[in-house]
Amino acid sequence: MGFDEAQGYVLLTTLALPLVVAATLLFVPGSQKMAVRYLSAINASLLLGLSIYVFLAYQAGGDPIQMELRWAWIENVGFLQENGISLHLGVDGISALMTLLTGIVAFAGTLVAWKLEYRTKDFFILMWILIAGVYGTFFALDLFFFFFFYELAVVPLYLLIGIWGSTRKEYGAMKLTLMLVGGSVGIWIGIFAVVHEAGLGTFDLPTLWAAGESGVFSPNFQKAIFPFFAIGCGVLAGLWPLHTWSPDGHMSAPTSVSMVHAGVLMKLGAFGIIRLGIQILPDGAEFWMPALLVLGTVGALYGAIAALTQRDFKLISGYSSVSHMGFVLIGLATLNEIGMTGAVLQMFSHGVMTALVFLLIGALYDQAHTRDLSDFGGIAKVMPLWVVAYVVAGLANVGLPGLSGFTAEFHIFVGAFRTYPIFGGLAILAAAIAAAYMLRMFGVVFFGPLKPRWRDLKDISPIEAIAASLLIVSMLAMGLWWAPFTDRLAPTILNLPGVTS
Amino acid sequence: MRDYTLFIPEYIAVGSAIAILAAELIWPRIRKDLLAYATAVGAVAWLIAALPYIGHTPGDFQGLLRTDDFTTYFRILAAAIVFVVALLSAQYMRERTSTAGEYYGLLLIGGIGMVLMSASSELLTAYISLELLSFSLYILVGFLKKDILSNEASLKYILLGAFSSAMLLYGISILYGLTGSTTYEGIAEGLAERGNDTDAAAIVGIMLIIAGVGFKVSAAPFHMWAPDAYEGAPLPITAFLSTASKAAGFALILRLFTGALIVDAVEWRAAMAALAAITMTAGNLIAIQQTNLKRLVAYSSIGQVGYMLVVIAAIGYGDAATAEDASAALLLHLVGYTVATLALFSALIAHYNRTGDDSIAGLRGLAETQPFLALVITASLFSFAGLPFFAGFATKFLMFQASTTDELLWLVGLAAANSFVSLYYYLMVMRQMYLFEPLAGLTRFRPSPLLGGLAGILLLGLVFIGVYPQPAFEAADGAVSALFEVSATGLVRTP
Repeated sequence: MGFDEAQGYVLLTTLALPLVVAATLLFVPGSQKMAVRYLSAINASLLLGLSIYVFLAYQAGGDPIQMELRWAWIENVGFLQENGISLHLGVDGISALMTLLTGIVAFAGTLVAWKLEYRTKDFFILMWILIAGVYGTFFALDLFFFFFFYELAVVPLYLLIGIWGSTRKEYGAMKLTLMLVGGSVGIWIGIFAVVHEAGLGTFDLPTLWAAGESGVFSPNFQKAIFPFFAIGCGVLAGLWPLHTWSPDGHMSAPTSVSMVHAGVLMKLGAFGIIRLGIQILPDGAEFWMPALLVLGTVGALYGAIAALTQRDFKLISGYSSVSHMGFVLIGLATLNEIGMTGAVLQMFSHGVMTALVFLLIGALYDQAHTRDLSDFGGIAKVMPLWVVAYVVAGLANVGLPGLSGFTAEFHIFVGAFRTYPIFGGLAILAAAIAAAYMLRMFGVVFFGPLKPRWRDLKDISPIEAIAASLLIVSMLAMGLWWAPFTDRLAPTILNLPGVTS
Repeated sequence: MRDYTLFIPEYIAVGSAIAILAAELIWPRIRKDLLAYATAVGAVAWLIAALPYIGHTPGDFQGLLRTDDFTTYFRILAAAIVFVVALLSAQYMRERTSTAGEYYGLLLIGGIGMVLMSASSELLTAYISLELLSFSLYILVGFLKKDILSNEASLKYILLGAFSSAMLLYGISILYGLTGSTTYEGIAEGLAERGNDTDAAAIVGIMLIIAGVGFKVSAAPFHMWAPDAYEGAPLPITAFLSTASKAAGFALILRLFTGALIVDAVEWRAAMAALAAITMTAGNLIAIQQTNLKRLVAYSSIGQVGYMLVVIAAIGYGDAATAEDASAALLLHLVGYTVATLALFSALIAHYNRTGDDSIAGLRGLAETQPFLALVITASLFSFAGLPFFAGFATKFLMFQASTTDELLWLVGLAAANSFVSLYYYLMVMRQMYLFEPLAGLTRFRPSPLLGGLAGILLLGLVFIGVYPQPAFEAADGAVSALFEVSATGLVRTP
């Protein structure tokens, strides 16, 4: 067994661990809440370690796809031929970074869910199924399993939000689930078309990419099918105007679900656009990218402006997510190295930043039972740590140098100016509006006179502080020393078809 | 040659049926669940006797019936369905009837009808086999004779069933007039050689046959009987209706369309695609409004029939390889669908035995009162919707992919969109179970060990097929290749 294959088993472990834990939890009595929590915390720590390992072990100068592992699953039966469907795992630079993000956010999310009392066991079972789905989508190099894990990541959300959510939870849960699964119908149709057109009887992605390079997919076919992938994945990525599940879903979702969902799940959508859209159908991508650019820019501006007018913490973050995912789409649409690098960096940056924001909102809401900005005032006096963490997250949000947001957005702006200067300018405008809504929130909520009813608010608990510091460290790492990130991304992104340097 | 050894497994099944009828005649006060267990034992013997036929040289009974791997596949499926349904009926029927011998006897006979439908290679034999299954079902649906809904269901089913049989017979007679033969081979040859002046007759004959079998598998717009029959029938018979009669219908359709009518595919494929599109869309859209579980399952199964008809349309549009691959995937999907349906009904019957409530709202809070049953129901509904880890995901994915041809991408897309619609009403059921607290007075309960165990085994089967479909897919592939060794795909009509 070669070293690379041995590393493939690291991926397999990372993928299987949450599923094994979920299956084990089924047999733990629901009353044993501490056992459930400890098991989940151990699992989260292991996953964090494995994710960090995957990221570090990914060789910046090596092959684009590393740690490959292939288990034949179904082959040579019916229409399936050699390697028809195989559990083909592997990471490239993009998915290595996304793996790291998943590890970090899942760890923080688990810690935050520590205080959950209602049906704790069920919550963690669903959560780990969701996390397994996320890892699986990032690792999968087979269309069948890509879709398998993609659906696996989306469906538990219905129960997670419906059972443990707040404000209008049933509505939010149903809307979110239906919109996301509706999007996946587009992906499904795209898969049928691509696999049929290739006629190779295999779902293996590298095989299909190779077939695409040899010209199996005609330009017209690519132009016709790319929108299915782009819109299907775009729904999950918060593509305007299909973003409307995001504010409602986030408002209803419980804290740790919001963290994982906004932090990681929305990235699956952008990741899918790269994996399926750009990599399988490069000509289609080139043709449609201007449209994606326009939608991304509108989303960035619309999200920022909408956030400016909202009064609910979670709605602000929901719209701000739409805005930031708009930046990701702008970055992808540039189809040049620096812009796409920025897009992937932004996926990571927004992931940790938004996870932190939702963590803090949850910590406040659990005590205050309101999320209306105007109810608050001067809480820096009673919750200093909370305010410090929120300010860090907020500054990362507006792109202050030294934090991850700056690194990511800077790359995107440079990339956008190289290809579409006007849209680069509009993107910067959106970032400026972000500064406005963040600073407004700081002023209204954190400073000024303390309202007497909030005198008894407690600062964040030690467990939450651990989770928050992990997220802050990640933001600082990317903001101050981004070479480890960009070095890993560059070869992968340059290797994508149709990407200019 | 009359080779009477071809049907040894069915002799066992008939023998069990007669023995069970006799047992109740001799001991009228026998405990009715003992009859259920006897049926189950008979079904197991039937299944075991069918095993040696796997990979056996195909047998032919006077050109009327063929026993090949395709027949064997449905034999095993039929025996397994009868086994599960018999066990599902044990408590349910004991509490509701005083005589059950006919019930279990007809269950076995209906299963034999299913096998003969899959074996028929001649139209009249196919028709008689179809009626054997249908007549068993007419009685079984109305078996709760003191229940007015059951009576209504049976009557509607008989009337509409007779109507559809008439159409089928009319279609058969037109085809006979056209080709001078009722065997599939003869029809294929006759259709290949017919001149262009007989187009109209061919189209009318084939359309009538499609309408006739469409009735039997409850394809829209011929589905009107299904919701009423499902609602009125005893619950285990609802399970039998939605598994055995569907599987049997598709067995017949597959052999008929690949063996005979494929020669004239140009005449019917567009109609078949339209039938598939209408069936899946109508089934799923109407299912949304249902408040009764049995009716919900009825419409959801109509939607499923629509997905399966996509394969038949693909047989018409694709080349021989596509036809074979799509048929293999259909057989795989049938197994996944059967396991999911039986799992769903084992949980529903366990719930019904306790509460006597078959409305969707009656499932309120089941996750609190009986989390295991809630899990089984969720798993089977998710399997219908095609969500990962459960059979439906893999089998539906493979089936749609195998049916994708250049002309049918729209239909496959529509099927994918319909899966999404179906998720909505499945989620509405889940919502009752997981999001709401149970009604006052309902406390935690345990399902009977038999039903609980059965549900558990079927759940494992559901996950097994979903996670590792290779063995089932290989079996389906082998079964279908038997079909295509004698198929008429080589014959093409030259207009």
